[in-house]
Amino acid sequence: MSESIDLQGYKGRARELLLSAGVRVGDEVRIIRDGIIYEGVLAPRVEYGGDEYIVIKLRSGYNIGIRVTSGDVKVEKLPARREVRYKPPTIPEAKADLPRIAILGTGGTIASRVDYRTGAVTPIFSADDLYGFTPELADIARIDVETIFNIFSEDMTPRHWSTIASKIGEYVESGVKGVVVTHGTDTMGYTAAALSFALRNLPVPVVLVGAQRSPDRPSSDAALNLLGAATAAAKAPFAEVVVAMHRGLSDDEIVFHRGTRVRKCHTSRRDAFKSVNGDPIAVYNSCEIRMLVEDYRRRGGIEGFKIEADFEDKVTLVKFYPGFDPSIIDWYVDRGYRGIIIEGTGLGHVSNRCIPSIKRAIDSGVFVGMTSQCIWGRVNMNVYRTGRELQAIGVVPLEDMLPETALVKLMWVLARASSMDEARSLMLTNIAGEISVRTSFRWYT
Amino acid sequence: MSGFNYEDLGLKVGLELHFQLATSYKLFCRCPAALSEGEAKLKFERRLRPTQSELGEVDPAALFEFRKGLTIVYEADDNSSCLVELDEEPPHAINEEAVDIALTIALMLNAKPVDEIHVMRKVVIDGSNTTGFQRTCVVALGGWTDIDGKRIGIQSICLEEDAARILERSGDKVYYRLDRLGIPLVEVSTSPDIRSPEEAGMVALAIGRIVLSTGRVKGELGSIRQDINISIREGALVEVKGVQHLSLIPKVVENEVERQVRLLELREELRRRGLSKDSIDPTFYDVTDVFRKTGCRILAKAIGNGGVIYALKLPGFRGLLSWRLNEGLRFGTELADYAIFWGRLGGIFHTDELPGYGITDREVEELRRTVGAYEQDAVIIAAGPKENVEDGLKAVLDRILVAFDGVPEETRRAEPTGITRYMRPRPGAARMYPETDIPILVVDPARVERLKSNLPELPSIRVKRYIEEYGLSRKLAEELVNSIYENLFKEVCRSFPSLPASVVASTLTETMTMLKRRGVNIDRIPSDRLYDLFRSIAEGRLFKEAIPDILAYIAGSGASITEAIEELKLKPLTSEELSAIVSDEVSRSRSLIERHGLNAAKMILGSIMKKYRGRVDTSILAKIIEDEIRRIIG
Repeated sequence: MSESIDLQGYKGRARELLLSAGVRVGDEVRIIRDGIIYEGVLAPRVEYGGDEYIVIKLRSGYNIGIRVTSGDVKVEKLPARREVRYKPPTIPEAKADLPRIAILGTGGTIASRVDYRTGAVTPIFSADDLYGFTPELADIARIDVETIFNIFSEDMTPRHWSTIASKIGEYVESGVKGVVVTHGTDTMGYTAAALSFALRNLPVPVVLVGAQRSPDRPSSDAALNLLGAATAAAKAPFAEVVVAMHRGLSDDEIVFHRGTRVRKCHTSRRDAFKSVNGDPIAVYNSCEIRMLVEDYRRRGGIEGFKIEADFEDKVTLVKFYPGFDPSIIDWYVDRGYRGIIIEGTGLGHVSNRCIPSIKRAIDSGVFVGMTSQCIWGRVNMNVYRTGRELQAIGVVPLEDMLPETALVKLMWVLARASSMDEARSLMLTNIAGEISVRTSFRWYT
Repeated sequence: MSGFNYEDLGLKVGLELHFQLATSYKLFCRCPAALSEGEAKLKFERRLRPTQSELGEVDPAALFEFRKGLTIVYEADDNSSCLVELDEEPPHAINEEAVDIALTIALMLNAKPVDEIHVMRKVVIDGSNTTGFQRTCVVALGGWTDIDGKRIGIQSICLEEDAARILERSGDKVYYRLDRLGIPLVEVSTSPDIRSPEEAGMVALAIGRIVLSTGRVKGELGSIRQDINISIREGALVEVKGVQHLSLIPKVVENEVERQVRLLELREELRRRGLSKDSIDPTFYDVTDVFRKTGCRILAKAIGNGGVIYALKLPGFRGLLSWRLNEGLRFGTELADYAIFWGRLGGIFHTDELPGYGITDREVEELRRTVGAYEQDAVIIAAGPKENVEDGLKAVLDRILVAFDGVPEETRRAEPTGITRYMRPRPGAARMYPETDIPILVVDPARVERLKSNLPELPSIRVKRYIEEYGLSRKLAEELVNSIYENLFKEVCRSFPSLPASVVASTLTETMTMLKRRGVNIDRIPSDRLYDLFRSIAEGRLFKEAIPDILAYIAGSGASITEAIEELKLKPLTSEELSAIVSDEVSRSRSLIERHGLNAAKMILGSIMKKYRGRVDTSILAKIIEDEIRRIIG
């Protein structure tokens, strides 16, 4: 254990005092300031905390911060009272007749655990941890657990999508009945879309799952989300990439959203994820999976399954707003970007002032696609003159595709299309449920 | 039962007193800090999972509840709850107004504020918190207060969020209303320095008075919820929760001491009978067939619903199940409470109380025969669904085994009668970890200094001042400090200096208490009406003798003072009316005056007062009578 970990977060005067007393995080410590004695376990210091305080966990369990930069301060190490160790629960015995699935960890809230002694949040993800908060998993499937990486979802890049896709590929080829990927929720929708395009002719379900409340809390949604996801991986009839999260405020139903149609629509609620311009495809309730749509890809054989997990990085998503400066588009073009998805207003518009810059982009071989910042509904660029002008210079209206899905799809398309015409054709072809020809009245309430 | 020598028994008591703060909004969100009367438009269901403790262990009661599939149903309305209470949004920063009040209370109790306040999560899994934990923080440590010359230590002052309000519990569902969740509470914990039931009551009262002096807590003195930690030598630390009223504290402590003493005596009795843990037969006998045709409705219903009746044989236990622990609490009651909690059963039957409840002599005999119980043995039976019966009897069996050791550590619930009933096992060391969603709050020394220089006067000092400045008796001054009318008293005395302060004080304390005792709902008398009452007296429109009748009338009718005077015909007599009445009465009492002279005045006064009580000032009347008599006897 390195010294920096021993005194997590402590800086300046506090750190000096602790170092000279030979105290490390987790040690029993006595701090005397102006004759007042405080005793407890040295707790780690949060990074943003000031350096003039030492934090101890009192015997009552409470943490307090003690100022050590004023008055007469003494720090002493006390003999250890008792060795407290996290004792992982015993892993339940795998039942031989259950289907085999894989659970792959990528990080996020669902894969965090609190060290109750010090309060540090440790990003650990192992079979032990999973069974620790959801022992019922053992009744659902035999599970292979693997941590691919452990990152916040905002740190995810297209390269990570590729890694996840090829790892899923390995497990699918090894014959698992389904794959669960745990993921931070912030960008889970993007990853779901990426995997939807990258995993061609998928024979089994691939279920992305996250949590809006961390698993250290009794009220965490992680356990039920994970149970729903694992059940789907083990026995759902669909073979698609989906996101599994709470359907509403209650701990009863988990809903499965199609990977290309899902969007995080709320910052904090358990039911933050919604299907946009489409129905959720299935629901989990009381250990059972029920399909909600007829039109879905069925489970099948491994033949035809392949992974096309290359993504072009030089693609961007630009949101138009009143006063938008067209030179923003020029900047991207000059930086060598190959594709731009515009989040236009209403049916798919930007100001007339943008037209020269967009024309310049298209003329220099940049693909420009139009989506709507309305989120719900379909773009239609025939209704108003601006729309018709934009089409005339080569902007491609992307039907009812979500802006984020269009971005991911364009990254995928540009990594494989050999011409602009092919790119345009692929962008307008429904590959993974991202485009529908009809717009149902059910899809917006 | 108060024949105990508490010192010899080694009694130690500590109090945890809770005060709801009167802040404008909740502790971690901007919802109003008040209960709601609105309809609960939103309902949702949750399950709380026991999480791993630092030892990889979970709270057994919590785990049990979860395994049994406890579902929590929350009800909320939009006015009193937002996404924070629903556990659908992270908490907002801590309410600084609440921190100020908590720090003020801490300083009044000589506690030292911490330098940084760290909000913690204290795991509570019964559903009373949607998160599965209560947010709580230490605001100050190490205080004291002197009570009747004895120093009582204050361990900590904590600021925490109040829990959701339980509505009902039925089967495997428990219902809560979210309005109360998040209202700020201050918890004052004393050291276990208290040595007698009376002292426990006194300490609670004294601390309550101090806290109330801030004027920033809800409710009146006495209506605070308290927890009491009680232990005696060789007994166990028992945590009694939810003592509803201050006046109940001494009784609860007395009863708990008695219960522990009686349990220790039971242990002796078991030894005397030569019984040991090994003599207990752990078999559950299926005795359903014995009761196939029973006239006992409870048993018949259980069988009718496809349930079972199991028996537990207790060799040598005859009479011990009715072993008295408290008034109305027997060892059998304790066992039944275990069966109710762990087995969700309605209760148990045992042979010490049978035949009875529709169970016949013959059935008891048959029961004894089936399980092979002799005359000196006892038998317990439980009825219901098989799994519940097994869980319930297993808990009963475990509890019986503990009787050989003495007193179990438990969390108990205080009943309004002052006895306590089993609630759940005592949780291990409170499991707490940091609430990482709330920034650490630095307690600026300047803030502490500002609060220190604005501390409310301590009750003892106020009592002294009321005696010196207003000439009140000590008793009246103390009662005033305990009352909710202290500020009104000062206001009235300031506005109407001609009124004797003792009249104002006694009206606001003794008279109110007397009315309350008579069943008058004094809560319905608004304080502005009380102010008007004193104005009327000061302006000579009413005599103080009429106060009780006027107040009783207002409490019942909501009338104004003027209306009450009118309605009750309590208008003071004019001096003309008074002179006429006196001269009339005096002339009728000639012979009395001739015999007794001036001493007759008292009797004449009495007979006039009988008719005109409340309409005349007694001292003025006495003077007029005396003058009249003097005039006559010249």
